[in-house]
Amino acid sequence: MNWESVIGLEIHVQLATNSKIFSGASTHYGAEPNAQACAVDLGLPGVLPVLNERAVEMAIKFGLAIGAKINLHSVFDRKNYFYPDLPKGYQISQFETPIVGEGSIVIALEDGRERTIGVTRAHLEEDAGKSIHDLFPEQTGIDLNRTGTPLLEIVSEPDFRTSKEASAYFRQMHTLVRYLQICDGNLAEGSMRCDANVSVRPYGQEAFGERTEIKNINSFRFVERAIDYEIGRQIDVLESGGIIERETRLFDPDKDETRSMRSKEFSEDYRYFPDPDLLPLTFSQALVDKIALTLPELPDAKRTRYIEELGLSEYDARGLSGDLDRSEYFEIVINGCKNAKQATNWIMGDLSAYLNRHNLEISASPVAAAQLAALIARLDDQTLSSKTAKALFDGLWNKADSNQDVDALIEEMNLAQVSDNGELTGIIEKLINDNPSQFEELRNGKEKMLGFFVGQVMKMTQGKANPQQVNEIIKANL
Amino acid sequence: MTDQNNAEINITHLARLGRLAIPKLSHASTEQELENIIAMIDAMQSVNTDGVEPLSHPLDSEQLLRADVVSEPDSRTAFQSNAPKTEDGYYLVPRVVD
Repeated sequence: MNWESVIGLEIHVQLATNSKIFSGASTHYGAEPNAQACAVDLGLPGVLPVLNERAVEMAIKFGLAIGAKINLHSVFDRKNYFYPDLPKGYQISQFETPIVGEGSIVIALEDGRERTIGVTRAHLEEDAGKSIHDLFPEQTGIDLNRTGTPLLEIVSEPDFRTSKEASAYFRQMHTLVRYLQICDGNLAEGSMRCDANVSVRPYGQEAFGERTEIKNINSFRFVERAIDYEIGRQIDVLESGGIIERETRLFDPDKDETRSMRSKEFSEDYRYFPDPDLLPLTFSQALVDKIALTLPELPDAKRTRYIEELGLSEYDARGLSGDLDRSEYFEIVINGCKNAKQATNWIMGDLSAYLNRHNLEISASPVAAAQLAALIARLDDQTLSSKTAKALFDGLWNKADSNQDVDALIEEMNLAQVSDNGELTGIIEKLINDNPSQFEELRNGKEKMLGFFVGQVMKMTQGKANPQQVNEIIKANL
Repeated sequence: MTDQNNAEINITHLARLGRLAIPKLSHASTEQELENIIAMIDAMQSVNTDGVEPLSHPLDSEQLLRADVVSEPDSRTAFQSNAPKTEDGYYLVPRVVD
């Protein structure tokens, strides 16, 4: 039988606020365990949560960016469950009325096709703490620093049919929240994680099959692998006559499989109810309009502009606009050198290759954007040849000093092209005298010999002659 | 035990969710009490609430917001002086594994 998979994602985005969503404790990553857990985070008796206005603004900003309905009135609810890293015994979340309603986002697939994915809702909630199981024998260590970190949970429609679509969406959301500067996007530190709801159905059937939920996936690669494994598992179960139970599963990246975490029998019943400690969240359309004015140019708009105004290919435009840091770097380079094609080639080519080789992000590039712009300008005015430009790039990379003046380094490395006509003419005339038979062949129309002479000149000038100029001088001697 | 209009009351399940230790002996009486409560709620369900906005809070007021400023210093030592067991800055609890 042919099976079709149906996938939906819930993405948890840690909002980049300074303080917690309901308390004044710091959200800074990497502190000593429990050094950033205050009385509110610990759930001590008598404390009251007070909502962080920055978290609200960030949620609104996100909603606007996906064209969603912003609910001017929303409610916080208690989601009740017991776990040691949740000291209050409930998580403050939004259930019936989230701050962000229905919206959508366009994703690009590998074959270049685009798909619009529905976003059901996005709501504000607090993160839980961390349980450390492998540090103390027979005991679990609890670190409540993460408790109360603001989260935006973004729930997609079950619109994905392949794991690739789901990961493309996860990446697109990552790009978007970075553009909006509402999240640092650091997956390794858990700033973005997702849960995947997966089911399969016979091809052509309208009703969804029973689904399972895979919890806490924290990388783009793992999303695909976890979903692919789960689809395969469900099809195996169904084809051997079994049934899929609704359950929560965990992905184990080491074994590349998902395994059951909680079966339906022990399913949680969160018993949501409005949190009496928090009044409904109400704000004006004027606030929403004000935040709309702060929206940056979004990835899709940037990509379109790169194609239409700068003449970039779809591939390059997507590559450059797909990451906030890369697009900012690119824009500094083109502002400095006014040559979008060269800027694109250097960033997508040599720079990317060097960064990959050294496992560096573009934000930590040893060659500053302004330096690359100066390099391209010297290539354009023919001070540099493509060969010496690469040598200069190497030099800049090794110096790793953003204050290094590019012209000074060209001089220091002696890379400027020999463009003095007299000097080149002297070299070429000597070459012709030393190689009369080759010159005779060239004169008789053997075009290949031109390459021989140009090559010799480049060799004698250590690559610093301008090949075009050399060509012209040789031809003038014919 | 099952009311036509209500889901079955499963005391064991409810007790587990609430982390309550309800002795087997009192299961029947607890179940009766819960059914009484549900009957009372059923009575309320019969009120016509068409066109009435759900009340999420009894106070007719709006949420006040705080500025995004770190105001709480590290008070771990004070908080942990009350904890039954701590080590290296962590609160320790009996081992829990998902």
